[in-house]
Amino acid sequence: MAGKTLYDKLWDSHVVREEDDGTALLYIDRHLVHEVTSPQAFEGLRLAGRDVWNRDSVLAVPDHNVPTTNRDAGISDPVAKIQIETLDRNCRDFGLTEFTMDDIRQGIVHVIGPEQGATLPGMTVVCGDSHTSTHGAFGALAHGIGTSEVEHVLATQCLLQKKMKNMLISVDGQVGPGVTAKDIVLAIIAEIGTAGGTGCAIEFGGDAIRALSMEGRMTVCNMAIEAGARAGMVAVDQTTIDYLEGRPWAPKREMWERAVVQWRDLVSDPDAEFDKIVRIDAAAIEPQVTWGTSPEMVLPVSASIPDPERESDPVRADGIRRALDYMGLEPGQAIAEIAVDKVFIGSCTNSRIEDLRAAAEVAKGRKVADSVKLAMVVPGSGLVKRQAEEEGLDRIFREAGFEWRDPGCSMCLAMNADRLEPGERCASTSNRNFEGRQGQGGRTHLVSPAMAAAAAVTGHFVDVRELAR
Amino acid sequence: MQPFSRFTGLVIPLDRANVDTDAIIPKQYLKSIKRTGFGPNLFDDWRYLDPGEPGMDHGKRRPNPDFVLNRPEYQGGEILLGRENFGCGSSREHAVWALTDYGIRAVIAPSFADIFFNNSFKNGLLPIVLAEDEIDTLFERANRGDGFKLEVDLEAQEVRSDDAIYHFEIDPFRKYCLLEGLDDIALTLQHADEIRAYEARRKVEAPWLFTHP
Ligand code: SF4
Repeated sequence: MAGKTLYDKLWDSHVVREEDDGTALLYIDRHLVHEVTSPQAFEGLRLAGRDVWNRDSVLAVPDHNVPTTNRDAGISDPVAKIQIETLDRNCRDFGLTEFTMDDIRQGIVHVIGPEQGATLPGMTVVCGDSHTSTHGAFGALAHGIGTSEVEHVLATQCLLQKKMKNMLISVDGQVGPGVTAKDIVLAIIAEIGTAGGTGCAIEFGGDAIRALSMEGRMTVCNMAIEAGARAGMVAVDQTTIDYLEGRPWAPKREMWERAVVQWRDLVSDPDAEFDKIVRIDAAAIEPQVTWGTSPEMVLPVSASIPDPERESDPVRADGIRRALDYMGLEPGQAIAEIAVDKVFIGSCTNSRIEDLRAAAEVAKGRKVADSVKLAMVVPGSGLVKRQAEEEGLDRIFREAGFEWRDPGCSMCLAMNADRLEPGERCASTSNRNFEGRQGQGGRTHLVSPAMAAAAAVTGHFVDVRELAR
Repeated sequence: MQPFSRFTGLVIPLDRANVDTDAIIPKQYLKSIKRTGFGPNLFDDWRYLDPGEPGMDHGKRRPNPDFVLNRPEYQGGEILLGRENFGCGSSREHAVWALTDYGIRAVIAPSFADIFFNNSFKNGLLPIVLAEDEIDTLFERANRGDGFKLEVDLEAQEVRSDDAIYHFEIDPFRKYCLLEGLDDIALTLQHADEIRAYEARRKVEAPWLFTHP
């Protein structure tokens, strides 16, 4: 019999029962909750007179709607305020742990889970948010779920799920200097497409993934959903274990020792079989920039905008035409000639300390170009913010002309006041370049933090390696 | 949930691939703490020429006459015809609520994004996967704008037009739940003892999963 993949192991250890047709009740260890996708779930519990099955499994935080400036003044948008207050009330009523808006530990749900050690190897993790795939970086099985499923997990601690296919994406060799985790994952999406991982749990492997820090692995797993996969994961190694040691929610002393022994087995067996394997040559990856309205519309910064006339598939050609029209770009235009109006460094993809360091490295001693109307840095959590300030990164950003904000989702989805105006073009470290994502009519180009900082200081896209000191 | 019954509905052709959840329901409407009322904002950015905010009287906004939902021949449509990777993007169930609130009961496409697909079943919306060439034929018919209707028969797993029958696959458990209008949570709680037994075992095997600072 073939060995097991990491996904097989995680799946097998969480099946409570399985129907003949393969539908399983999967036990959920950690449930992360935020304000946007939970109110209707709590309302459902109340209507049915049900309680939360395992309160200790829940960690809640408001992030999508919170203001990133002048937080002491409270939330000015009355609708957002109701939503955040509703989360506070639900957590109080049901006895759940919440990091409220004024807590230093507050931040983007996918940043704070790992930061607290609330995400651990071998866990099943869910959240009413598609980027829950982020937590798979720890050798965990992490699914994004809808609100009905949030209610289901709150009430039963289980998710109804069928086993997905096993897919391995192996990034072989090493990336060159200036090429980051963000570039790796964008290059993967360019290769397999936004539906390439549909129905699969993706394991990211290969030397280039092993060489990444936990922050980098989270960036890669974060965008598994942009490749169509509900879950992405990376096997446990010493990097994982070192990151977790001493975190508040991580086990301590003898319990830690025992846990580490079990965690070391959270790797795919050498003879495990995958349904699909994709290999990518790390050395060939260049800094990436998306040019269209889907993450698969991405190219190396040295490339030029594609021509729809050269696309043989009519549905795709139409997609390119529509995207260029929306983005205000011409076929053949060099990506490095595209000027930006705004720069956003943040989101659950790239708002961790390592991301801020990489951006600060580029911003240091330079100035945001006059043509750039706004360049903002939004740390992923209050603790990331504090650490960055201890390292003096805030000063570097401020001196360069960036705004230094409070933690939250911010302009990643523009639910609060941080947004693009129609026609504005943004270099963004977030994960979605859909039409209107960052504000109606706004034009988003996804890039790494270093590339975003480089665009800020030059006013247009540029290969960050050319700015290297 | 209402049991899903056989029905015949007008088909609305939405000829774009990768229709994402931000397009289905833009984020400003996600601030609602309710499950209802999203219908007027389904495809808001494509459907109206002026920007929309929650709380507006959407009846007074400027509709985009070119968008398929605004064309007179597709009014009252209950079946949405889409292209590949329909519903990609976020996990927001609001996307499904917006479709059902508008009156859509089934979406037909060559492929769906996983989370959207799952969310649909929880709300009595039937996502139907057909082959690319079948979808092409259906687009060709629906694009004529002459009142093209389909009969959706979940029991028989068929979509029928006047002159053709298309068979579709569906997971038996999901089919059963839709046909009966069953509440997943009540079904799962029938296995509460097994969940407790699993927990007891795991507390011995991996106690750190249950500690809380
Ligand atoms: S940062 Fe963006 S992608 Fe991440 S959880 Fe927030 S809104 Fe979603």
